[in-house]
Amino acid sequence: MVRQKVRAQTVALGFGLVDQTKIVTAASELARNTLDYGGGGSVTLEVLESDQRVGLSLKFTDQGAGIANIELALQNGYTTGGGLGLGLGGAKRLMHEFEITSEVGKGTCVTTVRWRQQS
Amino acid sequence: MERIPILQMGQFLLVTIQVDMHDRLALALQDDLTNRIVKTSASGVLIDISSLEIVDSFIGRVLGNIATVSQLLGAETVVVGMQPAIAITLVELGLSLSGVRTAANVDTGMRLLQTVLGVPFHGGLNANP
Amino acid sequence: MSLSSTSKIADLLEKNETELLRNWLTELEASGLRRDDLMRSTELNQQCHEFLRMFRSAAQHENFSDVQAPEWGSVRQLLTDISRDRAQQGFTPSEVATFIFSLKKPLFDQLKRELAQQNDLLIDSIWTVTDVLDQLGLWTTEVFQQTREKVILRQQQELLELSTPVVKLWEGILALPMIGTLDSARTQVVMETLLQQIVETGSQVVVIDITGVPTVDTLVAQYLLKTVEAARLMGTDCIISGIRPQIAQTIVHLGLDLSGVITKATLADAFAIALKKRQLTIVSKASQSV
Repeated sequence: MVRQKVRAQTVALGFGLVDQTKIVTAASELARNTLDYGGGGSVTLEVLESDQRVGLSLKFTDQGAGIANIELALQNGYTTGGGLGLGLGGAKRLMHEFEITSEVGKGTCVTTVRWRQQS
Repeated sequence: MERIPILQMGQFLLVTIQVDMHDRLALALQDDLTNRIVKTSASGVLIDISSLEIVDSFIGRVLGNIATVSQLLGAETVVVGMQPAIAITLVELGLSLSGVRTAANVDTGMRLLQTVLGVPFHGGLNANP
Repeated sequence: MSLSSTSKIADLLEKNETELLRNWLTELEASGLRRDDLMRSTELNQQCHEFLRMFRSAAQHENFSDVQAPEWGSVRQLLTDISRDRAQQGFTPSEVATFIFSLKKPLFDQLKRELAQQNDLLIDSIWTVTDVLDQLGLWTTEVFQQTREKVILRQQQELLELSTPVVKLWEGILALPMIGTLDSARTQVVMETLLQQIVETGSQVVVIDITGVPTVDTLVAQYLLKTVEAARLMGTDCIISGIRPQIAQTIVHLGLDLSGVITKATLADAFAIALKKRQLTIVSKASQSV
């Protein structure tokens, strides 16, 4: 499952426990969206390294129905599937960078990054 | 399918979640608990999540639902032992579980239930004259 | 043309190393960079010698336009070490950069002598040397800055740990006296420390005292609310104390809702509430005996 993979990767990168939990939770939210609304898709984990910092990037892609109004979808409490409507917006708050592209009828792609706290 | 065991202690039900909760397991727990409350006419439910590694919005919602449903059936729910990292994450997520009572561990959770329900305290260790 | 200027420089470095070194040291001395109070002259000699040696071998590749290229790796490493040492020894950044820049004059002198008859080549060579030495000089400044930044970062972290103590007031009652301005990085650390302490001490009540916080803006208030919220999820009650009159007014002005939180003006008031929550009372001995 996605959670274990992401967890293992965050541990390997030396993220703190709180950061680990945030990333895994965000991954769990996004993976659920991919499954429930996108009809399944793929997840790509990528380690980002620059001079100053290390981060983990998660990319979720699906070929589902797509999102007509992204702004609305990111709002708290907005849902089309009977959930709490916290998944997408919540995941965004848990991460540092968040990018979403979607085309109705073609699918959705969410890329999100969290950087490690400098030690 | 695997299920999370529900223990009965007097008029309370105790659930200790020790596995990674996936969505179906959480829904099964909600059903099982509801049935058990009716069958045992329990007045309190303790859910220990101290070994749970993440709580996302789905599991959070299930916990909230359990609390609401049990209340309808006459039982109070207390969620105990939430880890700091999870608490921070849930708040950041925007999920405050406002309808759910919380306690630090099973012991304080039990005491909270007794206070809320007005049941005399009869824990051997802490019995005060 | 450009190719021959680079090969000329490489050639010149090869031939006249000893003379260059001597002139460079004189130049350094003239520019007042020999700080005998901060480092020994033998050390400086050693460093100059080392630099020329590596500069020469890097020059063999005849790539003077990009010092970030791999063949300049050992030169950069040497400069990194020198710059870092000097940052710690107390040199200023310009003194460190002058170390490199002062090599220009001796090099130009030699080029002038060697290429007296070939004006175009001379200008070309001088340009190449200027370019590469400027790049290397900037590199030392960059490293210098990085070293300083690391020091600042370390101090910040130390300050952070110093300024966020979690203290135990009573069995089951914790206090967090917050001092100074809160930013998002600090708030996260404070929040995590507090929640961790709650678990470790099994406390049921926490008093967050903000007497030492000069201003409360929307962000700080939001953070406070989040902490209270997270603590509640863990089964712990939070009381916020030390809200000064002007802060109370700011909160009203900003339209923030702190209604879900117990707030008290002083730490003493908050402590009284905390004791009450734990069903404890403080009784004066005098009144007891009456």
